[in-house]
Amino acid sequence: MANESRSNSPGSLLFDRPEHSADSPLSVHAMTVAYQRKPVLWDVDFDAPAGSMIAIIGPNGAGKSTFIKACLGLVKRASGIVEFWGSPYRDARLRVGYVPQREAVDWDFPVTVMDVVCMGRYGRAGWLRPISRADRQTASECIDRVGLAGFESRQISQLSGGQQQRVFLARALAQEADLYFMDEPFAGVDAATERAIVRLLHDLRARGTTVICVHHDLQTVETYFDHVVLMNMRIVASGTVSAAFTPENLRRTYGGRLTLLAEASEAVARAERGT
Amino acid sequence: MISGPDNSGTWAAIIDAATFRAGHNTTLVLVGATLLGIAAGLVGVFVMLRRRSLISDAVGHATLPGIATAFIIGNAIGMDGRSMAVLLPGAAIGAATGLLAIQWIVRATRLTEDAAIGAVLSVWFGVGVVLLSVIQTMEAGNQGGLKTFIFGQTAAMSATDARLMGAVAFTSIALVALLFRRLRVVAFDEAYARSLGLRVDLIDAALMALVVIVCAVGLQAVGLLLIVALLIIPAAAARFWTDRLMPLAALSAAAGGVSAFVGSVISASFARVPAGPAIVLVAGAIFLLGMLLAPSRGLVAGIIRQLSVRTRIQADHAMLHLATVGPMPIETALPPGLSGLLARAMLQRRGLVRCDERMVALTDAGLAAARLADRRRRLWRLYLIRHADIAASHVDLTADAVEHVVDPAILARLEAEIAAEDALDPPTQWPGRDP
Amino acid sequence: MSPALHEFLSIDLGPILAATFACVSCALLGNFLVLRRVSLMGDAISHAVLPGLVLAFMITGTRDPLPMFIGAAAAGIVTVGLVEAMRRYTRIEPGAAMGVVFSVLFALGVLMLERGAGRQVDLDADCVLNGLLEAMIWFVPDQWSQVLTWDAIASLPRQVWTLAIVAVVVSILVAVFFKELRIVCFDPGLATSLGFPASAVNGVFMVLVACVTVASFEAVGSILVIAMLICPPAAARMLTDRLRSQVLTSVLIAACCAVGGYTLAAFGPGWFGASRSVSASGMIAIVSGVAMASAMLLGPRHGVIARSVRRTRLAITIATEDLLAWVYRMEERARPAQIELAAETIGSSGLTLKLATARATRLGLLISENGNLRLTETGRRNATSLVRTHRLWESYLVERGGYAPDHVHDAAMRLEHAVDPDRHVRLEPPEPSTPLDPHQRPIPPRS
Repeated sequence: MANESRSNSPGSLLFDRPEHSADSPLSVHAMTVAYQRKPVLWDVDFDAPAGSMIAIIGPNGAGKSTFIKACLGLVKRASGIVEFWGSPYRDARLRVGYVPQREAVDWDFPVTVMDVVCMGRYGRAGWLRPISRADRQTASECIDRVGLAGFESRQISQLSGGQQQRVFLARALAQEADLYFMDEPFAGVDAATERAIVRLLHDLRARGTTVICVHHDLQTVETYFDHVVLMNMRIVASGTVSAAFTPENLRRTYGGRLTLLAEASEAVARAERGT
Repeated sequence: MISGPDNSGTWAAIIDAATFRAGHNTTLVLVGATLLGIAAGLVGVFVMLRRRSLISDAVGHATLPGIATAFIIGNAIGMDGRSMAVLLPGAAIGAATGLLAIQWIVRATRLTEDAAIGAVLSVWFGVGVVLLSVIQTMEAGNQGGLKTFIFGQTAAMSATDARLMGAVAFTSIALVALLFRRLRVVAFDEAYARSLGLRVDLIDAALMALVVIVCAVGLQAVGLLLIVALLIIPAAAARFWTDRLMPLAALSAAAGGVSAFVGSVISASFARVPAGPAIVLVAGAIFLLGMLLAPSRGLVAGIIRQLSVRTRIQADHAMLHLATVGPMPIETALPPGLSGLLARAMLQRRGLVRCDERMVALTDAGLAAARLADRRRRLWRLYLIRHADIAASHVDLTADAVEHVVDPAILARLEAEIAAEDALDPPTQWPGRDP
Repeated sequence: MSPALHEFLSIDLGPILAATFACVSCALLGNFLVLRRVSLMGDAISHAVLPGLVLAFMITGTRDPLPMFIGAAAAGIVTVGLVEAMRRYTRIEPGAAMGVVFSVLFALGVLMLERGAGRQVDLDADCVLNGLLEAMIWFVPDQWSQVLTWDAIASLPRQVWTLAIVAVVVSILVAVFFKELRIVCFDPGLATSLGFPASAVNGVFMVLVACVTVASFEAVGSILVIAMLICPPAAARMLTDRLRSQVLTSVLIAACCAVGGYTLAAFGPGWFGASRSVSASGMIAIVSGVAMASAMLLGPRHGVIARSVRRTRLAITIATEDLLAWVYRMEERARPAQIELAAETIGSSGLTLKLATARATRLGLLISENGNLRLTETGRRNATSLVRTHRLWESYLVERGGYAPDHVHDAAMRLEHAVDPDRHVRLEPPEPSTPLDPHQRPIPPRS
């Protein structure tokens, strides 16, 4: 198991690495993102194993959301190559789904649950073509799958936080993608929704879909995910949870942030006792 | 125009006006306008820090119905409807109603502040326009003086009006000075101000009252459409140069005063140059200067900084890429785009790479530079991993030489660590440059 | 043919049509500005196009629409570009950046106007603000039946034609790109990732706003343009929760404002015996403000009145529940439940409590006898379940939450009203280990 953990040790040269396999859903190579003078991500190299659930963890401001946005071309990369199944994002757009942070949108916007979920189909419809009946059918199935049947014509501000997150999830499902980026899907949701989301994500994994989540709760990393990326401006370590989610790696990621560190090592200790 | 059409627009006229020799009236207007500019600059700083800049636009527009109503009432009770003593309270009341309406809309409905500002601004102005046309109906031609409030006209100001403007402006400067410490706390940290037991709402109300006063008193000089500029531009211009409040307030007040003075002088010396636009354009020029030239917050500096960071990253990556892989097509090493081109130019100028039509390769010097860059990166990475709690955002891996930032003792340890790693796992052979 | 009708058709119908077309175009686009919270971009653009307009006029010397359009659209693009560049590369607050750009450009425009006045520019500041609505005269029609003939339509004033074309083009564009506008406004990140680049769409949209602003400008003036970009959409926003109906409602409101405002301005003074009409564009702005204010007050779900009624109702419901539980506790301790005492223990206002008492009596939950309250059978059942929930919460907070027993009452008072939003049933914590609450009173069994 240990060799699955590819710790980004300082010894590895930037371009000295094995070729990416074309069937890796996401391979990031030497990606650097800088806002003006402020670097956000440095020399990130990452290969997502297909059909896995991957958590990106790290302290606030570690560049986790920026990583996702840079992969999708939502923020400009200063350098680096990002490939999806060996081709650039433009050609793989339909196979990639994105769930932004819940706070990223205005929930008072005049759209219904159905409207929002249908947006997941917009990429397939393309410019100018309206949403077809079949698309609506797919959307309503996705609403069913997240347990929001009967809420289709509700305006989205009339939903609880957990329900809003489910709407986002249903929209992602409607994209029918093979790779999902999710920015904190568990932030501010109730326990029932969290369980429902995990169940859905595990369903997706069982069908061979890859899910990459920005995640905050170190306690649940080892139960929800099978791969983990520890990030703090760079990738500190990545690999299977059992290999990479170690106290040493967490300390290197979170540095002197003591409260988090205590929380993390407790989580790891529990995980070790459990296995 | 005050100096008469004979020498209008000549240097003599400008110098006369600027040295207060263009007549008693002009001098009074100049002093009054300058005081107004200083007051607006001071108030504007806090308005900007409280993120309320555009509310003052609505406040400016909302004075029109107040002025028109005051004019109608003043005439009805037999006073001179055009005197400042009548119009000033009217303007202030009109502006205050607009302000309250905005606050009510934001508080009581789902509409956001931008919509509230825009709606109040246009509707209040609409009321003003209709009232002006009613005045026209009542006594034809008598409202001619009111129109000057829309664009401002210092030439039309009487000595009394100028004195009033100066006095009110001076009072608001004094008020800002009096409230300075409270305003500072509220502007920088609202939550902290609350925890100190300060009544943030009262301080905000005082600030907005100052905005209303400045707008009302500035109408005749700058006009109600452009008074917002006098509140926003000096503060925004000062923001380019400093992060600290005292210099910010001083610079903003100076910028406001200079714009008002120079603008008024120009307006007084040229025919058909209304004071409002002249003052605003001078302020705009001061702003432009700051935006272009300011060292850390300026636009040019920002663009240059961003480009140079990208260029350096590209150049660094290209060198390392070439060092590991060997010669390759130019577009593989340096992706197309401005920063790619700049990086190529930089590398070529320093003699680090050699390019022919399609291919690019490292020179000897380039290989050495690549090795150096690689060592620097490894040191940085190791340092960041070992000492992660120094925020990585404080360093720039391509620019800062690690030796300058990191303590020598730590550096020696890191070097030893890298050497040990290399001994265990010898680094890959670099194909290096073109054979 | 009556002279009054002739006067109406030739003097008033043209302006009414022009105003309606202008208002509808502005309102259509305004919806998306209001939703993206950039309404003031419309304000900024409508001020900032002035120098472009004047420059185009000075170069060509005519008021041909095409060069004016190009000049103004260029100024609009410069405005949007400058604001965006400042946002991206400097750290000036976006509102201030916008204010700087549009006020400087506007000042430039005003100055150019004034300086150009000597070269017989028949474009003046007044016209820029208020428009020339009243100056549009339609020469042909004498009767209603002639209005729709080809000759009559062909001789419509040029501004009416321009605005009609603009309104049609804008309607088509909004209809065709509705899906794209919706996703870009709602979730720009997702839109971009799906291949609808949000910044490009926004840029093109702003250019469209600039064009519409310019087209409406000379007819109705810049102030009315701002009113129409914001007020009808804001009013519609208070009335609906669907984007499609919001857009349609705003168009309807805009058209009504245009017709109503013009009518009031042209004929209103006559009703009061005045002979001259007042500014039509100002009046339309006022009417749109009144429409927006009415929608804010009277909107069925989001209106201020509806909201406060809902709030009051909820307060009364909660007060009723509190009152029932209080009577239950008093009866439990075999003490008379005097109405005056209720106000002291229940934290609602006197009026709310009076209304709550009346409601409970009307629903047959309480009986009021000479100042004392007594539970009916139904009332007791309700009260039992309420007290049960309250005491369950108290136990839960003490046992699981680690609260001190004397601190749980207020928290439990809030929690007992909590309702599961999905199933509309009262939330109930798990059963505690003992049948007594932390104050050693029995927890009533489930009814």
